[in-house]
Amino acid sequence: MFVPHTETEREVMLRKIGVKRIEDLFQDVPEMVRFPSLDLPPAMTEMEVVSELQNLASANESCKELICFLGAGAYHHYIPSAEDSLLRRGEFFTAYTPYQPEVSQGTLQAIFEYQSLIAALTGMETCNASHYDGATAAAEAVVMAYHNFRGKRNRIILSHTVNPQYRATIRTYMQGYTGLEITGDNTIPDPFMSPESLIPAINNNTALVMVQYPDFLGRIFDLRPVINAAHQVGALAAVVINPIALGMLTPPGEMGADIVVGEGQPLGIPLSFGGPYLGLFATKKEYIRKIAGRLVGETVDTNGKKAYVLTLTAREQHIRREKATSNICTNQGLMALASTIYLSLLGKQGLRQVAELCYHKAHYAADRINQLPRYSVCSNAPFFHEFVVCCPNSISETNAHLLEHGILGGYDLGQDYPELHNHMLLAVTEMNTRDDIDLLCEVLEEVAND
Amino acid sequence: MTEPTLYELSSPNRTGVRYPEVDVPCAELPEGLVRESLPLPELSEIDVIRHFTNLSRLNYCIDVGMYPLGSCTMKYNPRVNEDMARLTGFAYTHPLQPSETIQGNLALMYQLQEFLKEISGFSAVSLQPAAGAQGELTGVLIIRAYHLSKGNTQRKKILIPDSAHGTNPASCAMAGFEVVNFPTDSNGNVDIPTLKSLCDDTVAGLMLTNPNTLGLFEQNILEVVDIVHNSGGLVYGDGANLNALLGICRPGDLGIDVMHFNLHKTFSTPHGGGGPGAGPVGVASALTEFLPGPVVKVIEEGTDDIPPLFGFVQPSQSIGRVKTFYGQFGMLVRAFTYILMNGSDGLRSVAEHAVLNANYLLARLKDYYRLPYQRICMHEFVLEGKWDDAPEVRALDISKRLMDYRFHPPTNYFPLIVHEALMIEPTETEPLQTLDQFADAMIKIAEEAHQDPVVVRSAPHVTPVSRLDEVKAAKDLVLCCSPFHDSQV
Amino acid sequence: MVTPADLKYTKSDEWVKVDGTIGTIGITDYAQEQLSDVVFFEAIVSVGDQVMKETEIATVESVKAAATVSSPIAGEVIEINEGLADAPEIINSDPYGKGWMIKVQIKDPAALNNLMSSDAYDTYCQGRSH
Repeated sequence: MFVPHTETEREVMLRKIGVKRIEDLFQDVPEMVRFPSLDLPPAMTEMEVVSELQNLASANESCKELICFLGAGAYHHYIPSAEDSLLRRGEFFTAYTPYQPEVSQGTLQAIFEYQSLIAALTGMETCNASHYDGATAAAEAVVMAYHNFRGKRNRIILSHTVNPQYRATIRTYMQGYTGLEITGDNTIPDPFMSPESLIPAINNNTALVMVQYPDFLGRIFDLRPVINAAHQVGALAAVVINPIALGMLTPPGEMGADIVVGEGQPLGIPLSFGGPYLGLFATKKEYIRKIAGRLVGETVDTNGKKAYVLTLTAREQHIRREKATSNICTNQGLMALASTIYLSLLGKQGLRQVAELCYHKAHYAADRINQLPRYSVCSNAPFFHEFVVCCPNSISETNAHLLEHGILGGYDLGQDYPELHNHMLLAVTEMNTRDDIDLLCEVLEEVAND
Repeated sequence: MTEPTLYELSSPNRTGVRYPEVDVPCAELPEGLVRESLPLPELSEIDVIRHFTNLSRLNYCIDVGMYPLGSCTMKYNPRVNEDMARLTGFAYTHPLQPSETIQGNLALMYQLQEFLKEISGFSAVSLQPAAGAQGELTGVLIIRAYHLSKGNTQRKKILIPDSAHGTNPASCAMAGFEVVNFPTDSNGNVDIPTLKSLCDDTVAGLMLTNPNTLGLFEQNILEVVDIVHNSGGLVYGDGANLNALLGICRPGDLGIDVMHFNLHKTFSTPHGGGGPGAGPVGVASALTEFLPGPVVKVIEEGTDDIPPLFGFVQPSQSIGRVKTFYGQFGMLVRAFTYILMNGSDGLRSVAEHAVLNANYLLARLKDYYRLPYQRICMHEFVLEGKWDDAPEVRALDISKRLMDYRFHPPTNYFPLIVHEALMIEPTETEPLQTLDQFADAMIKIAEEAHQDPVVVRSAPHVTPVSRLDEVKAAKDLVLCCSPFHDSQV
Repeated sequence: MVTPADLKYTKSDEWVKVDGTIGTIGITDYAQEQLSDVVFFEAIVSVGDQVMKETEIATVESVKAAATVSSPIAGEVIEINEGLADAPEIINSDPYGKGWMIKVQIKDPAALNNLMSSDAYDTYCQGRSH
C-alpha cells in the first residue's frame, strides 16, 4: 500500500542484485514454512478503512457525549487546540530518538524543557525524559531504590492507597528479585487509615516507602512524618503524584521526597482508552546516576554554541547490557512533548486555575451529595478532586442508572478494597459544570428512591 | 540561531489559556498544603506556537528524508493512522468505562489480537506491553513463570547470541535470569556446537533475533529451535525485525514460543521522537495462560444481526499486569488501520520490498565498503565503516558526513561483533531514486575519506549545530533550565 | 601504551602494585584508552569490606562505555581514592599514579603469582588489538 516501486524499477533493482525474482531473496527461509497464506481481510482503500474505523469508534460512548465523573488514575481535562496542531508536525512525530544531536535539537530541547517543567512542578532537582506511564514509573522507582542499596535492603513498603494497578505492576516487575519483600498493603485493617500507619513497618531493612498524593481515595495528607520516618532509617521515600493537583498543592520535593513519580496523562494527553500516557519520574540530584531512562543535558558544540544531547548514556541497556538496572529504550517522547506544550500554554496562572477549578467543583459536588438522603461522603481528610461516596445501592446498579441519564459514574472501590463495597470514587474536573453536578445529584437521589 | 528556552521567553502575567470563572461556591483551601510558588513559565499562545514550530525545524524526520537506521524500521507513517487515532470515540473513551460503552474499542483490540496471531502464527496475543523492551521483559517473565509452574526452579540461565541488542540481556537480568552470551559463527548464524554444549537442564531458554542484527536469516533456525526444545528450554523471538518476515514466514511456524511485536517498527506507528512504542506479546499454546492481562475475549457469540459481546479476561496463570490499563491504545488503532489497508498481499509486499531495497543498496555499496558477511541479506545489512588505507576516518565520521548530504545516519557501532559497524535498513517505503541518492552519497564519502579526510572528520557542516561536547554534558550535568527568573519564583 | 614493569596485571585490565602487604589497585593505560574520556567513577565497596579475587569494586563510565573494575586479589579494603569522584579524568591522565582506585590489605601474597607480568600483559593486549 505504501510501497512506491513500479514494475520497471523492480526489474532494475533485481538485475543489480543479480537475482531473477524477489522470491529468490528468501532462500534461507525453510521451504516448508515459506510464504504462508495469511487469512486477513482483503486490503482496504483509505476511504474504506476510514469508514470501518468510524463504525468502530461510534460503537463507543465517549466522554464527549457523556458527563464524566470517572477518574481513578485517568482524568478528563480540557486540551487547548494549539497543542495538537504542534504535535501533528511531522518534524516531531516522524522523528526518531535523538541519538544524532546535530539533527535532533528540536526534540532534545523540548525534552530538556520537559525535564525542567516537571522538576519545577514536583519541587525536585532533576527529572528523566519519562517512562511508559505512572505504573511503570512507580515500578522503576522500586527497582532504583533496590539497586541504590545494592540489593542489601529487601523491604519495599507500599501504602494501600497507592493506585492498585501501580501496586500490581510493581509486583509483576519485581517477581524475579528473589528475597524482596513487598509489604504495607497486604492487610488493611481500615481503608481510611492515614500514611502514618505505615511508620511501624519501616525498619533498617527498608529500601523504599511509597505513598500517593493525592492518594487513590483522593485524600491529601502532610507527608513529612512518613518521609521523615523513612529517612531516619536511611530508606528512600517515593511519592506518586497527580500533576494537576500540584498546580495548587505543596510539592513533594518540599516535603523531602527522594523520588516523585506519577501519571502525566492529565497534562494535556487524551484519555484514549488508557494509553499512550506518560510516566513522570523526578528525583533529588544525588540519585541522577541511579535513574533509568533517558536524560537530556545541556552542552556546547565545537563552535561553542549552546546545544542539547542525550547524556549519561553509559547507564543504559545498550551499553551496560545485563548489568543495566532497567531495559527501557524508549521514552514516551511525543507524550512528554504534549505535556510540555500543555504546561507552556497554561503556565503558572493557567495550571493554578485548573487545579482550583477541580478543587472547588469537587467540593461543591461532595457537599451536595453528602446532603442527599442515604448517601454519605467518607472523608476523614482534606481531598483534591476525588472523593469516596458510600451509596445505598450497589455501584454497578448506581452507575447503570447514571448511564441512562448520560452520566459516566464513579469507580467501584469494592474491586480493590472489599470493605468498600457500595463505595464509589467520584472525580470532578474543570470539564464538569455546576449543571452537570446538579444533574448527578438529582439522578443519585432518584437511584436511592428506586 | 539558537532558540531560547521557555523560561527565557517567559514574561510575567502572560498565559496561553483562559478558563471559565468558577461556577460554584469556593471551598476553603486545605490548610498547610497549598504551595507558595509555582515556578512555571508564562507565555501567550503565539509564543508557544512559535517556540515549538522553531524547535521542530531543527529536527530531521521521515517526512524530510530517508532514515536508514538499522533495526529501527523507520518507514513512512501514514497520515490516515493519525486521523483514526484521534476519532472522538477512541480518543475520548475512559479506560474504566463500563464494557457496554466501549464495545468498539474491544472489537478493535480483539481483531488486532487475531490479526497479530495470524501474521505471526502464535496461539494468543496480549496487547498490553508498552514498548519492545517491555514486551521482552514480559516474554522472559512468561518463560520464568512457565518453568516455575513445572517445578523447574533450576532453570536460571538464558542464552543470548553475541549479535543481540543490549535490551535482551538487560531484560533477562531484570527477570532474575543469569545471562550466558555465546558466539555467532563465520556465516553470521548461531554457532551450533556451542549451543549444543550449553543446553542442559539449567537453561530456561534462548533469546533469538531473526533475522538477526546482521540482517541475516538464521539458516539453521529449525535445528536451533529443536536443540533448545529438546533440552526443555523455550525460545524467545525478538520481533524487532519482523518487517522482513511479513507473509514470508511466521515465527510461530518456526517453533518460536514467545515473541514481542514492535508496532512502531513493523506496523507504521510513528516513532514520535523516541516513543511511544507498543510491544504486544504473542505466545505458543502452552504459554497462553501466562500472558499479562487483561486480554480481550468474546464473552457472548454474536449472530447475523447482533455483534458479539466482547470483554476483558485475565489469563488464569497470568504473570500480572505490566502497566496500567490495556496497552498503548492509540498506537493499537494506528497499527490496526495499517494492517487493514495492507491485507495479506500488502503485508507480503512490505517484507519483499524491504528486503529488495536492502539488497539493492548492498549491491551498490559492497565495492566501496567492506561487507563482513557475504550473503543475501534480509531487510538490513551491516558494513564496516573503516578502511585500512584511510585510517583517520571511522564509522562515526561517515555518519556525521551523511548529514551534510541530507540523510540521517545509519545505526553506528552496533552490532558489537562488527568493528565500526554501519547498520543500514532502508525500509520498503523508500523509492529507487532515494536509494540511489543515498548510495551516491555513501560512495562519495568513501572517496572523500581517502582524498579529503578532514572534511569527513569535521562533519557535519550544514546542520543547526556541529558535533557536541558530550564529555562536558556528562561531567557538568545541566539537566534543567536554570536559574529560574526571580520573578517566576 | 604504557605498562610499568613493577606491577601485576589481570585479563580484565586491572593492575595491582604491591607495597609490603598493601596492594594498590587501578585500571591500565590500555583500559583507559579503550574507554576514552572517563566522566564518572564510583567505588562500590567501602573501607573495611572484605573482597575476594574478582569481586566488583568500582564502576567507571565514559560517554560511550561503562566498565566494572574487579579486584585482582583478595583482601580487606583499607582506603578508597575519594578524589576520583570529583575528577574522574585523572584515570585517563595518570592511570598508574593519581588514578589509583582502592587499596587493600592483601590476604594471601602468594596469590599474586597467578597474575600477569607486564610483558605477559603487553603480549595479551597485542593479541586483542585488531
